[in-house]
Amino acid sequence: MITLDHVSFWYRGAGEPVLADVTLTIGEGELVVLAGRTGVGKSTLLGTVNGLVPHFTGGHLAGTVTVDGVSTRSRPPREFAHLVGMVGQDPLAGFVTDTVEDELAYGMEQLGVAPQVMRRRVEETLDLLGIAELRRRPLRTLSGGQQQRVAVGAVLTMHPRVLVLDEPTSALDPTAAEDVLATLARLVHDLGTTVVMAEHRLERVVPFADRFIYLPGDGSVRDGEPAAVLAGMPIAPPIVELGRLAGWSPLPLSVRDARRRAEAIRADLAAAPAPARPAPTSPEPPLLTAERVVVRYGTTVAVRGVDLDLHAGKVVAIMGRNGSGKSSLLWAVQGSGPRQGGTVDVAGDDPGALPSARARKLVGMVPQTAGDLLYLESVEGECAAADRESDATPGTCRFLLDSLAPGVDPDQHPRDLSEGQRLALVLAVQLTAAPPVLLLDEPTRGLDYTAKAALARQVGHLAKRGRAVVVATHDVEFVASVADRVVVLAEGEIVSDGPTAEVLGGSPAFATQVAKIIGPDWLTVSEVDDALKAAR
Amino acid sequence: MFGTYFLPRDLHPAAWWVWALGLATAASRTTNPWLLGLIIAVACLVVVARRGEAPWALAFRLYLVLAGFIVTMRVVFRVIFGGAEGSTIILRLPEIPLPAWAAGIRLFGAVSAESVLGGFYDGLRLATMVVCLGAANALANPKRLLKAMPAALYEVGTAVTVALSVFPQLAESVQRVRQARKLRGGTGKGVRALRGIVIPVLADALDRSLLLAASMDSRGYGRAGVATTRARAATGALMVVGLLGVCVGVYATLDGSTPRYLATPVLVAGLAVAVAGFRAAGRRVHRSRYRPDRWQLAEVVVAASGVAVAVVMFGTSRVDPTNLNPSLITLSWPLLSWPPLLGVLAGVVPALLAPPPVLATPEEVPA
Repeated sequence: MITLDHVSFWYRGAGEPVLADVTLTIGEGELVVLAGRTGVGKSTLLGTVNGLVPHFTGGHLAGTVTVDGVSTRSRPPREFAHLVGMVGQDPLAGFVTDTVEDELAYGMEQLGVAPQVMRRRVEETLDLLGIAELRRRPLRTLSGGQQQRVAVGAVLTMHPRVLVLDEPTSALDPTAAEDVLATLARLVHDLGTTVVMAEHRLERVVPFADRFIYLPGDGSVRDGEPAAVLAGMPIAPPIVELGRLAGWSPLPLSVRDARRRAEAIRADLAAAPAPARPAPTSPEPPLLTAERVVVRYGTTVAVRGVDLDLHAGKVVAIMGRNGSGKSSLLWAVQGSGPRQGGTVDVAGDDPGALPSARARKLVGMVPQTAGDLLYLESVEGECAAADRESDATPGTCRFLLDSLAPGVDPDQHPRDLSEGQRLALVLAVQLTAAPPVLLLDEPTRGLDYTAKAALARQVGHLAKRGRAVVVATHDVEFVASVADRVVVLAEGEIVSDGPTAEVLGGSPAFATQVAKIIGPDWLTVSEVDDALKAAR
Repeated sequence: MFGTYFLPRDLHPAAWWVWALGLATAASRTTNPWLLGLIIAVACLVVVARRGEAPWALAFRLYLVLAGFIVTMRVVFRVIFGGAEGSTIILRLPEIPLPAWAAGIRLFGAVSAESVLGGFYDGLRLATMVVCLGAANALANPKRLLKAMPAALYEVGTAVTVALSVFPQLAESVQRVRQARKLRGGTGKGVRALRGIVIPVLADALDRSLLLAASMDSRGYGRAGVATTRARAATGALMVVGLLGVCVGVYATLDGSTPRYLATPVLVAGLAVAVAGFRAAGRRVHRSRYRPDRWQLAEVVVAASGVAVAVVMFGTSRVDPTNLNPSLITLSWPLLSWPPLLGVLAGVVPALLAPPPVLATPEEVPA
C-alpha cells in the first residue's frame, strides 16, 4: 500500500538528514506504530506518506514514496485526499468548519461526492465512531477525546485507504484514549484500512500494533514485529521493562500475555515485603489549605466545593477525565483564575486577594500550554526577565535551569527548544520566585519517556527541598513514579483521595500496567526490581 | 405536502435576507413614526418567534441598542447645532457665540419642535433599517449564506469562513496568554506588557494557521479537478474581458461626454461575458455541497412577505404620499391610513408561517 524506496529527507539548511535512506513497505490493513524520541523525525516520516513533506514543509526529499502505486512526487497532497487521511496532533487546529456534521462532510465536498452519498456516509461515520449525539455540536465545545474522534471521522468519510495519525492519544485521558484506539483497531479489522500512527504512550498502543517502526534518531529506522523491535529499544513501556527484568522471551505485549507468565514473579513478590512508600501527608501543618472552593462559568459548575490541603515535601497528583475540573481547581488555587466561593490560605494570605506579583511568590504555576509564558527571543533574555520579575539576584533563573536541564544554549530561541527543555525553562522561570507551592497542569503532554523520567526526577527534587508540588495529569505511569497522594476529581468533586498505591492500584481505569499484571500493591517496575533484588 | 411543512428546519438564509431587505426598503420610503415603529415591532416579533440559539441570533439585542443610540444622537445633534427651523420654539438655550470663520454653524440657541421632530423622524427611519438588517443577521446563519454562494466563488467563501473563525480563536488565545502573564506577575502596563501578550498570541496564531493550511491541503482543498490548462485559461480570459467591459460601460454611463455606444451596449456585453466566464468557472469546480439549503415553499412565503411590504409601501407613496412623510411645517399628529398599515402587517407572516428553527438542545426524545 505504502512504499518508501531509499527515502532521505533534509530540512532546508540542515546538514544532517532527518531520514536517511529509509526503505519500507507497509501492506494493506496493517496497523503500524512509529516510536522514537521527540524530534527524531516521526512526524516527518508520517508527512511523506501524503506528500505534505516536502510539498508543504519545504526541504529536499530523495528517493520515492508511493501510495497505492502513485508517487507523491507527481502530485500535491490535496490530490491524495481520497487515498490518505491525515489527522494532526492538535485536532482542533485542523478543523475547517465549526460543527461536527459540517466537518465530517468537508472532505467529501472537496472530492465532489454526490449529496446522497455524502448524507449516507456522514450517518455511517457518526455511528461507527459513536458520536451521533454530537452531530450538531460546535467543535470548540467538545472534549479532547470527542474532538479526536471527530477528526478521525472527518477523514474517514472520504473512505481513504490509509489513515495517518500523529500522536492521537497524547492529550486524552486513559478511557478516551482506549475509545480512540479501539475505533482504530475496528477500522483495521472491519474495513481493512491501513493505519500508520506515531505515539509516545507506547503502553497504550502496543497491544493494537501489528508492526513497529522505531526511529533511533540517526535517520535510520528499525522495522519489524512489535516484540522484536521493542526488545532492542532503549525506551519501552513498563510491560516490556518488566518482561526484560523477568527475562521473558518473546516479550509480552498485552497485559493478558504478561499475567499468564507472571506466576513466578507473583510468588516471589508475595514473600517480599510490600514496597515502602512515603506517607501521603505529613504531620506538620499544611503549606496550603483550600476550603470549599467553587468555580463556575455561567451555569456550568467546574469545581463544586473542593477541600484540599498541600503538605511540604509531598507530591499530589490530581487526576480525572477531561473536563472534570482539574485545571479550574489549579487556577483557582493559584489565584489568577476565577473563584466564586471558598477560601485559600497560604501562610495566612489568600493568593487570590493579592496582586499577581505577590501571589506567584506563594503559589507558582506552570499552565497547560507552558509556552504562553515565554515571549522573548532567547533563553538568556527569558532568564534575565524572570530574575527582574521576581527581584531575585541575577543568575538565579539560569542556575535553576541548569539544575533542571543542564546545557541549554542561552542564545537559542525558546520556541526552538525541545518540549522537555521548554518545560524546564518555564519551570525555572516560575521557581525563580521561590514559591513554597508549585502547581503543574498537564506537564507530561508531548514528552517522550526520557523527558518524562527527567521531569519525574525534577519533581522529586523539588519535593525533597520542602516544596508542595501538585501535578494534574492523565498519565498513570508518571503519577505512579512521582506522587505520594492521588486526588481523583469527577464533575468538580473529589471522588477519591488517598495514597497513590491505594487509589491507583484498586481502580481498573487508573491501574498501572505493573499493577494490572502483578497486583494492586505494585505500581512500578522499579519497585518490583528493588523487591526482587532484596529477596535474592 | 403540508405534513412536512412545519417540521423544524433552518430556512434558506437568502429567504430571511429578502424578507429583511423588503422591510428595510419599506422603512426607507416613510418617516411616519407609527409605520416605522410598526416595522420595528414586526421585525422583533419575527426574530423572537423564529430565531435559533446560535451566538449571532443572540446579537439582535445589540442592534436594538444601536438603533436607540442612532435616534438619540440625531435628536441631540439637532438640539446642539441649529435647532430653530420652524416657528414653534419649545426651548431657549443660551447661544454660544462662535468666531466669524465658523459662520453657518450655530451652537445651542433656540430649539424648535419642528427641527427636533425632524431629527427624530430621520433617526427613526435609519434606526428601523438597522433593526431590519439585525433581524436578518439574527435569523440567518451568516456561514450558511456564504455556503450558498455560486460555485466559482467557493474558495473565496471558504477563506472568509476560516477568517471569521479566527476571531473567536484570537480572543481565546489573548485571554489564555493574559492569564499566563499573571502567573509571571506581569501586571505591568505599557509596551513591555503588550509585547508579552502580543508575541505569544501571534506565534500561536501563526502556528495554528500553518496547521490549518496543512490540514486543508491534505483534505483536498483546492483540488484542480478535471479542467485542462486550456479550459482554465479560457475561463480566466472570459472573466477578465467581461470585467473590463463592465468597468468601461459603467464609466461611460456615468460620464455624459463619452460616446453613447460605449455606455449601455458595452456594459451589457461586458456583463454577459463575465457571467459566461463565471458559469464556466463554476462548472469547472468539481465540488458538491452537503445538505444544501433548498428553496421550498416556506422560503417563498417568507421572501414574498418581505417583498409584499416593500411593494405596498411603493404603491402608497404614489397614491397617498402625505401620510407617509408627515409635514414638518404645520405640526400635527401624524396620521395613519389603512393601506400602508396592512402592508407592513404582511411582514409578520413569517412569525406564523415559517417553520420553527432547529434547537441545538432538543428536549428528551422518547425511545
